[in-house]
Amino acid sequence: MRAFEHFQPSNLKEAIKILSTKDKEARVIAGGTDLLNAMRDGEESPECIVDLKGLKGLDYIKYKEKEGLRIGSLTKLGSIEKSSIVKKKYPVLCQAAHSIGSVQIRNMATIGGNLCNAAPSADMAPALIALEAECKVQGAKGKRTISLEDFFAGPGETVLKKGEILTEIIVPKLAGKCFGVYIKHGLRKAMDIAIAGVCVIITKERGKLKGVRIALGAVAPTPIRAKNAEKILLDGSVSEDAITEAAEEAAKACFPISDVRSSEWYRREIVKVLVRRGLRECLEKV
Amino acid sequence: MPGEGLKKGYFHMKKIIELKINGDFYEIAVKPSKRLLSVIRDDIGLTGTKEGCGKGDCGACTVLMNGKVVNSCLVLAIEAQGKEIITIEGVAENGDLHPVQQALIDYGAVQCGFCTPGIVLTAKALLDENPNPSEEEIRDYLSGNICRCTGYVKIVQAIKSVRG
Repeated sequence: MRAFEHFQPSNLKEAIKILSTKDKEARVIAGGTDLLNAMRDGEESPECIVDLKGLKGLDYIKYKEKEGLRIGSLTKLGSIEKSSIVKKKYPVLCQAAHSIGSVQIRNMATIGGNLCNAAPSADMAPALIALEAECKVQGAKGKRTISLEDFFAGPGETVLKKGEILTEIIVPKLAGKCFGVYIKHGLRKAMDIAIAGVCVIITKERGKLKGVRIALGAVAPTPIRAKNAEKILLDGSVSEDAITEAAEEAAKACFPISDVRSSEWYRREIVKVLVRRGLRECLEKV
Repeated sequence: MPGEGLKKGYFHMKKIIELKINGDFYEIAVKPSKRLLSVIRDDIGLTGTKEGCGKGDCGACTVLMNGKVVNSCLVLAIEAQGKEIITIEGVAENGDLHPVQQALIDYGAVQCGFCTPGIVLTAKALLDENPNPSEEEIRDYLSGNICRCTGYVKIVQAIKSVRG
């Protein structure tokens, strides 16, 4: 690992100041489970590291009936997985959090890190995109809010500008009755990243299908939403044929790569299978 | 060029950190890039904590940090400043093995032993959190501790035997 300068700011302003004034290549570290591996393998060799763990007030899970859920960016994946309010209101987020790494990893890794590392396979992303989550970001020039769907710019890249820090993830309240699943497909049950990750969320109001949301991970340069597939079910009637058609459409939204885990062809095929499974389960249980 | 444009020598400046390991206090000077695992093994000499993969996949380097299991290979030592750390050497109390340690012996759940320190700490953390886990919960909790000898059957049996 190349030597680096290490900063431990105690508040957000100080952290933003260090990040925006350094003309050196600075990286933010939270849980460190991605960054330290990238540094070990020489994929990253930042000159400065800014540790956010000392920042107060960014590790929280708050729920209000009207506004929905707010999660501080330094909240550990393990806290999300175990949170009783998340389990009750957004169980799909617990599923996604639990699918990541091991207990050890989830005790360190944060939700903000999972998103800002911007791996196409980041498991929190499809679930949060399907929930239409927003990101609160703070920088030297003030705050802004970005829809999570627009947060990712490419593999390992986000729309965060120099000096900006992700501070909060806002998950709006879901109307009516809803059911969601996150299905991660991998070669192992744990300790692996996804070959494909699919999140499906269905909402119903007064017995009528109100919303269909399908988000996909690990099958494109960024996590994506498959809106054309959603439309097929929303516009037409819900039938086995429509489910199959929606699954085909979801596969068309993908631009997968071939890598050590899977071929491009297989990723497209497995997306069809997972979307079908997800839709069937959600429609049955909603 | 590493260090180009920065204050000469700054990169190699060590910082003094204070760690509480197994109840004892240590003051150690570390480079920012030094991992907690290296401090525990090389500076303090507690070699019960093992380095397997060095990238958070195998769990051999598992320690308890403020009561929670973490991979010490993925923790920068300076970021463990002020934390309370328990390694395998700190699990036995007054010379008595921890019930998990005794159970692993009784069930013959140790072969080469390289994963065992990590397994003991993870099992301890599980039982502290949930004194009566199901077999599924035990297997799920252990998924970050890889054992290539035993096939896990005896490890799981041993942990089941010490449930509350």
